[in-house]
Amino acid sequence: MNTRAFGSSSTAAQVVSAPSRRFPTTAIFVFVLTCLLIAVPLLHGLPGAHPLHISTYAITLLGKYLSYAVLAVSVDLVWGYLGILSLGHAAFFALGGYAMGMYLMRQIGSRGVYGNPDLPDFMVFLNWDSLPWYWFGFDHFGFAALMILLVPGLLAFVFGWLAFRSRVNGVYLSIITQAMTYALMLAFFRNEMGFGGNNGLTDFRDLLGFNLRSDNVRVGLFLASGITLLFTYLLCDYILRSRLGRVATAIRDAEDRTRFLGYRVEKFKLALFVLSAMIAGVAGALYVPQTGIINPGEFAPLNSIEVVVWVAIGGRGTLYGAVLGAIGINYAKTWFTGAYPEAWLFALGTLFVVVTLLLPRGLAGMFSNIRGRNKE
Amino acid sequence: MDTYGRTLPTLLLLLISLLTTSTQLYAEITTGDPELDALFTEYLDARSAQRAEVLERLATLERDDVRPLLQGILDGNIMVEKKTSRVVRVIKRGRQYELTTLLGNEELGTVKKRALKRLPLNNSLRSHLRALIAGLGLGSVNKQERLEAVNALMKKPDSIATELLDNYLDRETDLEVITLLRTVQARQFLSSGDPAKRLEGLATLESDLGSASRRAIANLADNDSDESVRDAATLVRLQQTRRVKLYGYVETLFFGLSLGSVLVLAAIGLAITFGVMGVINMAHGELIMLGAYSSWAVQQLLPESLTTALILAVPIAFLVAGIAGILIERLVIRYLYGRPLETLLATFGISLILQQAVRTLVSPQNVAVANPPFMSGVVEINSVLSLTLNRLWILAFCLLVFMALLQLLKRTRFGLEVRAVAANRGMARALGVRSSRIDSLTFGLGAGIAGIAGVALSQLTNVGPNLGQAYIVDSFMVVVFGGVGNLWGTLIGGMTLGIANKFLEPWAGAILAKILVLVFLILFIQKRPRGLFPQRGRAAESH
Repeated sequence: MNTRAFGSSSTAAQVVSAPSRRFPTTAIFVFVLTCLLIAVPLLHGLPGAHPLHISTYAITLLGKYLSYAVLAVSVDLVWGYLGILSLGHAAFFALGGYAMGMYLMRQIGSRGVYGNPDLPDFMVFLNWDSLPWYWFGFDHFGFAALMILLVPGLLAFVFGWLAFRSRVNGVYLSIITQAMTYALMLAFFRNEMGFGGNNGLTDFRDLLGFNLRSDNVRVGLFLASGITLLFTYLLCDYILRSRLGRVATAIRDAEDRTRFLGYRVEKFKLALFVLSAMIAGVAGALYVPQTGIINPGEFAPLNSIEVVVWVAIGGRGTLYGAVLGAIGINYAKTWFTGAYPEAWLFALGTLFVVVTLLLPRGLAGMFSNIRGRNKE
Repeated sequence: MDTYGRTLPTLLLLLISLLTTSTQLYAEITTGDPELDALFTEYLDARSAQRAEVLERLATLERDDVRPLLQGILDGNIMVEKKTSRVVRVIKRGRQYELTTLLGNEELGTVKKRALKRLPLNNSLRSHLRALIAGLGLGSVNKQERLEAVNALMKKPDSIATELLDNYLDRETDLEVITLLRTVQARQFLSSGDPAKRLEGLATLESDLGSASRRAIANLADNDSDESVRDAATLVRLQQTRRVKLYGYVETLFFGLSLGSVLVLAAIGLAITFGVMGVINMAHGELIMLGAYSSWAVQQLLPESLTTALILAVPIAFLVAGIAGILIERLVIRYLYGRPLETLLATFGISLILQQAVRTLVSPQNVAVANPPFMSGVVEINSVLSLTLNRLWILAFCLLVFMALLQLLKRTRFGLEVRAVAANRGMARALGVRSSRIDSLTFGLGAGIAGIAGVALSQLTNVGPNLGQAYIVDSFMVVVFGGVGNLWGTLIGGMTLGIANKFLEPWAGAILAKILVLVFLILFIQKRPRGLFPQRGRAAESH
């Protein structure tokens, strides 16, 4: 009943605002995630025949879900709290991934198929004789880490500055963010770009000297994803509780009114948009060593929209909702594509429709309704 | 040592006797006609360099059946039967060859391939034969045959004797053939020894942009011994290069308009739902796909009459996509009015469902939709500019749909109500317009037009489950660029983007051109957030 009433409401104003103080969601989230991060490696240590044993494959999968969760938090930050529906976050994610991939490519060294110590295989294949200038520095992890933050951040800054300054918002903004990621996808498909074209970057060997194919490194990557998620969550939570977060919510609910109160709306939007893009970049950088490949397909507009759906299903406007949505939907996707590959798109499509119609505040909204009812 | 001394002369003798018998094989060639007997014997005995000359003599015989004879030699239907040394016509039936006499149509039974010998023929002889046949074709009473003949001559203008050509020119009455014959004649003039003739040839060829003529003129401009001819040729070459370039632009413009017409068709339905209703329909691409599949389905039902199938497909696709659209509006979108971002997500979900439905029900692979005869082929404006018919038709179709839609919105009661609801919903309702019914119908109209666009697209590209995805970003760009104020924005926006894309393509490559257009659009939105033709007045605020 309650959800239906929200379904017919006309603005986003009634979506849950900043995290509730009455209910310690952040503490619970931190507790659950920490437990997970401790339990999974322990269970992995059990002998293979034990029923509670977690395989390396499952750990890698979990690690990927956690990096997706980081991406979902970044989308929720701008969509749930700032009201910007970005259909281009996959671009930031993929750019972070490419920056990490470039570092990993340089680490292969002379172990590639062609055994060229200076050039990645695909460049040898294309008959290039030297590294393009934008590949310089990527043999140092520090530089790559900086680029993982800077490249998506810079793109978000330029794009956001242009868009927010001329007050492009709502649906128009969504569409041009989609065009942005589409254009980047087409660009990265070109061999001449020097990012491996269609095949992307793959065949990675090691990260900071650790062999990517060993079990322990897989567990390490899982832990890194989990810890990143933890810190991202706490950072976003802190920001959203601060004055900046309150202004952001105000912009989401009544942009003009906030502007009339004297806030420079564009600056707030730009700051959070850039932060969100950087988080998405980090998520991509965590994702790439775990899947072992990054290719232009990651820029596909569909990917961005899928992230939005995780957030919508989990519950926009709540950080834990975004995490829940990302992990839940991706688990469902893994299960469906294994069991009923035909049915996955049907299921996903139906979820889009049902959630927007019946659960405008997602699963998180459903929980808080139940909680509210219990209190009464 | 001794054995060698004796075997060598023996071997030589053997060789000589072999050679003589092989020539003797054709000594008593028979065809049933003494004139031909001599020519065929000579042809078989001659060196390959002299055979061309023998063929020319055959071509100039005063006989009615020279052309079929030459054609038979060219096609390899005339062979020599080894046992009897008879020249015969053969028809291949499986592994057997049916023989008939060369002149009468007397049947001679069937033999195996072994029993026959082909007439020797090489590529240069083949092209010579073609030119000879073409020259003979000039004398035909059938205009089409004469045209074919003169076009074949165009490739090898020197293969027909000058006097013979003059002869045909005097007799010819058809203007089209005369023009072509004159071109052939002018090409002959270019290689004449007399500078005046060469100049005359140049003057005639000035208007001919065919690549062979242009090559010949370029050759003259560079290498002619006479200075005045060189100058004249240089001048003609310059003018021709300029004209070829101009036609190149015309061609690019046509490609641009063609791409633009596709974009307009794809976007115009979106312009209605997005522009008039403020609804973002991400499933629009899939409605286009439904239209394309309807076109395919109708063609499967009527495989013999492609034209009828295509004409029928237009209303059927309109209905299929329109009904799908009305269902989407009734079941989903109506609950989401005023929440554009949610509408975007829900319709995207619908697009995924439709895509997967087609994959499951029809096939994940592309299906083939054939072009009906009236749409295949080209219109040749001149030798450097030819326009493909299907693109031309789709351009016309796009304009037709656009005008029809404009009239529908401007002149009919329904159009009036649509515009009233778009401008001020509350006021329209107060005046008795049933706005929710209008919403359904408008959405159905937009969807139906997407279906029609699908029929058009099925004639140009592959029809597959991903068809819609390929056009959705572009269609949105067109609508955003053109502005949601009126349909003219969509037309001008689509055409501009199409032309810009095609003009950038040769300069930057297809993908980079597309990226550049997208970047331009993203920048354009900064300057004019509401497109080229923004909606003005009170309605503008509500979107």
